[in-house]
Amino acid sequence: MAEADGDDSLNPMSILIDELQNEDIQLRVNSINKLSTIALALGVEKTRSELLPLIIDILYDEDEVLLALAEQLGTFTPLVGGPEYVHCLLPPLELLAVVEEAIVREKAVESLRAISHEHSPSHLEDHFVPLVKRLVDGDLVNSRISACSLFSVCYPGVSIAIKAELLQCFRDLCSDDNLLVRCAAASNLGDFAKVLELDDIKSEIIPIFSNLASDEQDSVRLLMVEVCVNIAQLLPQEALEALVMITLCQAAEDTSWRVRYMVADKFTELQTAVGPEITKTGLVPAFQNLMKDCEAEVRAAASHNLKEFCENLSTDYRENVILTEILPCSKELVSDINQHVRSAVASVIMGLCPILGKDNTIEHLMPLFLALLRDECPDVRLNIISNLSCMKEVIGILQLSKFLLPTIMELAEDAKWRVRLAIVEYMPLLAGQFGLEFFDAQLHSLCMSWLVDHVYAIREAATNNLKKLVELFGKEWALATTIPRVLTLSEEPNYLHRMTTLFCINVLSEVCGQEITTKHMLPTVLYMAEDPVANVRFNVAKSLQKIGSILDNSTLKTEVKPILEKLTQDRDVDVKYFAQEALTVLSLA
Amino acid sequence: QLLQLNSRKINNSIKKWRRTNVFFVYFNYTADIISTVEFNHSGELLATGDKGGRVVIFQQEQENKIQSHSRGEYNVYSTFQSHEPEFDYLKSLEIEEKINKIRWLPQKNAAQFLLSTNDKTIKLWKISERDKRPEGYNLKEEDGRYRDPTTVTTLRVPVFRPMDLMVEASPRRIFANAHTYHINSISINSDYETYLSADDLRINLWHLEITDRSFNIVDIKPANMEELTEVITAAEFHPNSCNTFVYSSSKGTIRLCDMRASALCDRHSKLFEEPEDPSNRSFFSEIISSISDVKFSHSGRYMMTRDYLSVKIWDLNMENRPVETYQVHEYLRSKLCSLYENDCIFDKFECCWNGSDSVVMTGSYNNFFRMFDRNTKRDITLEASRENNKPRTVLKPRKVCASGKRKKDEISVDSLDFNKKILHTAWHPKENIIAVATTNNLYIFQDKVN
Repeated sequence: MAEADGDDSLNPMSILIDELQNEDIQLRVNSINKLSTIALALGVEKTRSELLPLIIDILYDEDEVLLALAEQLGTFTPLVGGPEYVHCLLPPLELLAVVEEAIVREKAVESLRAISHEHSPSHLEDHFVPLVKRLVDGDLVNSRISACSLFSVCYPGVSIAIKAELLQCFRDLCSDDNLLVRCAAASNLGDFAKVLELDDIKSEIIPIFSNLASDEQDSVRLLMVEVCVNIAQLLPQEALEALVMITLCQAAEDTSWRVRYMVADKFTELQTAVGPEITKTGLVPAFQNLMKDCEAEVRAAASHNLKEFCENLSTDYRENVILTEILPCSKELVSDINQHVRSAVASVIMGLCPILGKDNTIEHLMPLFLALLRDECPDVRLNIISNLSCMKEVIGILQLSKFLLPTIMELAEDAKWRVRLAIVEYMPLLAGQFGLEFFDAQLHSLCMSWLVDHVYAIREAATNNLKKLVELFGKEWALATTIPRVLTLSEEPNYLHRMTTLFCINVLSEVCGQEITTKHMLPTVLYMAEDPVANVRFNVAKSLQKIGSILDNSTLKTEVKPILEKLTQDRDVDVKYFAQEALTVLSLA
Repeated sequence: QLLQLNSRKINNSIKKWRRTNVFFVYFNYTADIISTVEFNHSGELLATGDKGGRVVIFQQEQENKIQSHSRGEYNVYSTFQSHEPEFDYLKSLEIEEKINKIRWLPQKNAAQFLLSTNDKTIKLWKISERDKRPEGYNLKEEDGRYRDPTTVTTLRVPVFRPMDLMVEASPRRIFANAHTYHINSISINSDYETYLSADDLRINLWHLEITDRSFNIVDIKPANMEELTEVITAAEFHPNSCNTFVYSSSKGTIRLCDMRASALCDRHSKLFEEPEDPSNRSFFSEIISSISDVKFSHSGRYMMTRDYLSVKIWDLNMENRPVETYQVHEYLRSKLCSLYENDCIFDKFECCWNGSDSVVMTGSYNNFFRMFDRNTKRDITLEASRENNKPRTVLKPRKVCASGKRKKDEISVDSLDFNKKILHTAWHPKENIIAVATTNNLYIFQDKVN
């Protein structure tokens, strides 16, 4: 088809094809990424007879090329002539599915899964299933690993006899000698189960499942936790207890910490999958044990799920279970020796307030909350403060602030600047929750003091913080309280503080608008053009460039222009440069 | 069944070796100072690393069925620069390019993979073969001249044609920035997904696919470095239980840890330690008890440790003493003072098992190396030297005379050359072929086949 179009249209295509063998890997990758264009130009017949053989030979290439290739082939069905010829794509993908690089293999498997849907039932049996079987019989570990992901796509479309064969193959993979193959089979078990009839799940999948769940290697056992979730969703409620719960309870008490970690990590998914009744009888005790686990990683994972687990408990027994079963364990976590565990608890425990209501919160949660607020580790305290809103709704702001304020003050003066930074960043949130009056009385001075912190990152964050506060409390508030205090910084002996004034003005001008900027802030900026330190002077130029856009034309001409022109005559090259730049940007030159 | 067959074959050849004591040279390769030697899992490839950061790989020729005696010799297969000298600007420290360890990954497809490490950075290398190249351009003639684009009327798809075999080594991954101290060991886990790397004070666990994250599994760094009393000298994963690993220390202890028990393995599951013999106590006791290498047997039942004067075999089920102890060069005990002065006492000798775990081998001074047969309790000293450079020279057993009258063929302790030392040796996993690295020569010996 392309031949007829003449020379011009062929030229770019020739280049593209030639670049398939370029020395430069990036060009080869680019060319492969346009493989569909090449195939379109060649036409379906030439694609099948010439391009596909080439692709098989290309497989020695670098992984980047192979990855691009594996991805392209998944969309190639129309380019080789539609579903009738889709099986032509299987040989190259089969080879790609056994390369050593995992991402290439995964992409090839993904493409194989995609094109499997384009196969007619007879093609599936004649071409696709034999490929799966070849992969299963492969000597190379990678081949068997890739095979594991293909069962769920070909199983539904084939005859009963072949279904039985496929089931046998999958069973073999699940008892493979190689650990990695068993792991791959285990992680695909849930996916495969979804395409099976309920009876087959009970008779075929469950035995495999319990086998793998008691595998000698913990790497396999830990994968079964997620499969538990999948299978539990497929089985009717009455079968769960007998078929799944035993395995799950085993996993929760496994000798290997990684298996218990997986249970703790997936706990809320398990909870949803097994339903409220089994949760009450089976999962609550298991969760208690995980919260008391000897391994810190497990306790931390359980703690992370604490809030969601409690939230999802059925309302008819929720409060009772939390108060009698969960909270006693949480108390121990609050004083855990490991700071990651405490930090995890601190990040979720506030979420219990709305569930438990005001009285219970004050009686049971307040002590935990206070203990965490006094924690020696700043991360823990920070996590509590950042989750304040839940608590505020329940017990009211006044009561809360009594406990909170000392901690905020302490964190604000922490020796680690990252901790200070975090609290600065929370300030707008806190201000919103506390309200204007409280903020002015208690926190405003603190916000101003950060402007003269000795770490630049804090000063920068404090500047942005001011902007957000003004957005929250309005221009009038800014004019009355913030701006005067910012302006006094311009008199400071330390030039870094004087520069902070300029940075503040930069951001405040955006939110305060033309009038306030012109009247209250511009004079200070202009005055600072006389500063003895060059860094301040060129920042004046930069500030003028920034705030110039919101000033009116007459102010620009009469006030800003003379100052900038003066600065272009400065003895410092940087000052000159930025002054000139400002004049150009503001079109005053 | 195949395994049984193999081990029978090995046992037979051991008998021959025992009877005849013949190992002959058939390969000798001169290089920079060799710093590590390692066979791959099939034994078909042998990798060496050197002080200049190079890795040289040798390949065994395919067995010739007609001439059964000319069992595959080793030829250079690929050479590449694995590490370059670097400079750590933050610590103002030079990082040597010397390859400390090489470990092969089990083969998963046509290509071979290995890990190599210097003091700080571990690299994963792919060694692959290429014997085809594409031919046929649209816009170029066969001789490379450009063709006028307007003359192109049909699109040509390139075709692959055979070419001379090319072996390419390409770096696949770089695992860096995880070690503050010098890496002394790397070991691939039997799950083939993870490996550990150990430095003086810490052991990290890596996933082979992930380079930007590793987990610290052992940390023996005291809060105050002045309280430091021991360092990690070697570490290895168990050959078939993927949760178990051991590490040895400069105090002569070996700790076995189970990663299932806890995420941070600071508390060991087992501690292997032999009580010190008070009669042998001296100023040097602690230095010579430092373990320089630890290796699991292929079966996973035993492990072998090398300290300065001896090789010890431990049963994993018995912690209080080794099941076997072999003296490597006991005659040096009286020389410890001078060995301390010339720093030789700090030499780190490695050790290795043969394929069936029945013989162990380790190096000594004067280019001597020692083998101990665990069943017959017989031992032998052999020498790797330029004199037996000629292929198929049969090695003569050597003997060092400790004191008294020197018999014919014996060498006096005083005439040993301490600059010639064999630190690195390796044993083919299936056959009786050994690789021995003297300072800058690699010797490959094999037992005699009738």
